[in-house]
Amino acid sequence: MSDYNFAYLDEQTKRMIRRAILKALAVPGYQVPFASREMPMPYGWGTGGVQVSAACLVPEDRLKVIDQGADDTTNAVSIRRFFEKTAGVATTTKTTEATLIQTRHRIPEEPLTRDQILVYQVPIPEPLRFLEPRETETRKMHSLEEYGLVHVKLYEDIARHGQIATSYAYPVKVEGRYVMDPSPIPKFDNPKLESEAIQLFGAGREQRIYALPPYCHVVSLDFEDHPFVASKADHACDLCGSNSTYLDEVIVDDAGGRMFVCSDTDYCEGRRAAGHLGRLAAPLGQENAA
Amino acid sequence: MTPLLQVKGLTKRYGARIGCTAVNFDLFPGEVMGIVGESGSGKSTLLNCLAGHLEADAGSVVFDTRAEGPRDLRAMSEPERRMLSRTDWAFVHQNPRDGLRMGVSAGGNVGERLMAVGARHYGGIRAQALDWLDRVEIDADRIDDRPTAFSGGMQQRLQIARNLVTGPRLVFMDEPTGGLDVSVQARLLDLLRGLVREMGLSAVIVTHDLAVVRLLAHRLMVMKSGQVVEAGLTDQVLDDPQHGYTQLLVSSVLQV
Amino acid sequence: MIEITALSKNFVLHNQGGAVIPVMRDAALAVARGECVALTGASGAGKSTLMRMVYGNYLANAGVIRVGDLDVAQAAPRQIIALRRDTLGYVSQFLRVVPRVPTLDVVAEPLLALGHERAAALARARDLLGRLNIPQRLWSLSPTTFSGGEQQRVNIARGFAHTYPALLLDEPTASLDAANRELVLTLIEEAKARGAAILGIFHDEAARARVCDRVVDVSGFTPGMIN
Repeated sequence: MSDYNFAYLDEQTKRMIRRAILKALAVPGYQVPFASREMPMPYGWGTGGVQVSAACLVPEDRLKVIDQGADDTTNAVSIRRFFEKTAGVATTTKTTEATLIQTRHRIPEEPLTRDQILVYQVPIPEPLRFLEPRETETRKMHSLEEYGLVHVKLYEDIARHGQIATSYAYPVKVEGRYVMDPSPIPKFDNPKLESEAIQLFGAGREQRIYALPPYCHVVSLDFEDHPFVASKADHACDLCGSNSTYLDEVIVDDAGGRMFVCSDTDYCEGRRAAGHLGRLAAPLGQENAA
Repeated sequence: MTPLLQVKGLTKRYGARIGCTAVNFDLFPGEVMGIVGESGSGKSTLLNCLAGHLEADAGSVVFDTRAEGPRDLRAMSEPERRMLSRTDWAFVHQNPRDGLRMGVSAGGNVGERLMAVGARHYGGIRAQALDWLDRVEIDADRIDDRPTAFSGGMQQRLQIARNLVTGPRLVFMDEPTGGLDVSVQARLLDLLRGLVREMGLSAVIVTHDLAVVRLLAHRLMVMKSGQVVEAGLTDQVLDDPQHGYTQLLVSSVLQV
Repeated sequence: MIEITALSKNFVLHNQGGAVIPVMRDAALAVARGECVALTGASGAGKSTLMRMVYGNYLANAGVIRVGDLDVAQAAPRQIIALRRDTLGYVSQFLRVVPRVPTLDVVAEPLLALGHERAAALARARDLLGRLNIPQRLWSLSPTTFSGGEQQRVNIARGFAHTYPALLLDEPTASLDAANRELVLTLIEEAKARGAAILGIFHDEAARARVCDRVVDVSGFTPGMIN
């Protein structure tokens, strides 16, 4: 154990954040302001998510941190180490074993359960920001439910590209009331926003927390004649052969060679361990031999 | 017949200065009323108080709503007022940049009010946008262009289409022909006149151009120093002005 | 149909020391349905002023101007607007229209304002323009560019588009050639025949003698010298 208070933040700060979280859960989709603290990492590296995680962690928790679906990227590794050091909690890369998962830009493929909390790192919490730059005006639009402008953005997409080209941070309406930015997750993940787990969103620089309580109704906005599609690359995973996961495209040589792999590394490994093989996969444990 | 708009004792002060004071009038369905006066006479203040952009200090503005009949705007909640201004009202700004979204295509500009009141069928929204572009004489193939690529006259016509697409009953216009070439003005005036007649619109038009009100307005109010000094039938006020200020105004117009 | 009693008017020039110029004193006349009455008098005697007061264009200071059921001298603006739309037509000497509007639309406008079908209104406009010898190639052009005589005939077509029960005509045959003058006089006679009450100014004495039933000399209503 280090000399830090449990999970870095002092108890008063954690109480303040927990109050914001409770309010956010009580008003799903509503952006609750909170007094975001300076954290020992730069803005944009998940300061909002880290503060929310710190306020939720208890010593018995098992923490998983993912960045773009992977457990082994810099951002994920450093945040995991941060909480190992400051909270001394157990960590894991297995989605099913984790009690609290902090994520950037993905929702795990494995359906979450009622015993889990998913914490999102959010860069810009305001879904109307790029349409209306004035904060006073966007607040008023939220309070009066004036959301026509969101559809103007989708209209422009279709007019220009023939379809809704927005592929991430796709706006949703929560419980028929607030329009919410689900953070920059791919729109493939939008259906997973209706979940058994508690989902918390923390924006550190913008000082906002919002939340989706379990089983909350989340609808991706669309047009009747251009319905929402949770699209993904039209391939199977080249490692585990899955047809139903979100894929990353990886350039493998300078001759145009590429492969598609699951962005959720834990899920992919689990499938390969169970014996599923993709087009380019060697059996697990023999990657280097190939 | 119930007036669409009844204004009584409307007063707006800016500290010690008077914006407009004790303004009274009724506007009936299908009527177009002009407000003229020099800069600083209070005509824009009055228009903004009527449209709910400014809060008046005293008096009442009663609008005959579709659902609940006559209601005082000053007693209405902000959501109700904003809903009115998206559906039953339109506001045409002098500078089209103030009334358009310059980063959004012409079709998106026209469609915004439809989407704001719940239209969710892309094809239907687009068809209505095309219909309105046609009515304001903008070619269909410009529907996906941004207003930044339009001339001043086209921008102003686009602003009108954007405002009228939800079939409002009352239109506020602030110097609608202000920044336009004379030849473009004529076309716009003809367009406005046709729309007012076909849609049975009521309108309040603020301008300092007496020729514009003669052609567009049924009735005329003349303002000076925040007060209405004369009101009546447009051609009567212009041809037989009773107040000294109106006589001065009318006799000051340059003849072509 | 038109009945004027004890009508008076002053002009007050506020910007010229508040000078008061009386221009009409105790005017009285009546025009029955189917009747045409001409106003006469020297230039400046007040013929046009009286016409304009009947049309509501000038305010009366005292008296009654009854057109149909409405007292124009007391009426609210919207009542006068309604009167002008369906009851009282006016053919002035000047054509005042939005530039660039086609002639056909200019003539059809009074009918469109009354809510007539566009096709029917345009058909009536074509008929009138044809009768008044406006060449068809001009119909789609704005009348603002026309010659004086053509403008005058467009004005007449507009004034006769709707069958107003009462009509004011300000020199309808001025600047017309013999053939067109004849056409206009026929139109006036037709209007009389259908029961329109017509009040007019005709400097053309032969025309006046032909269509007018009576003459009223407005010199009788002209106040004395300017105070």
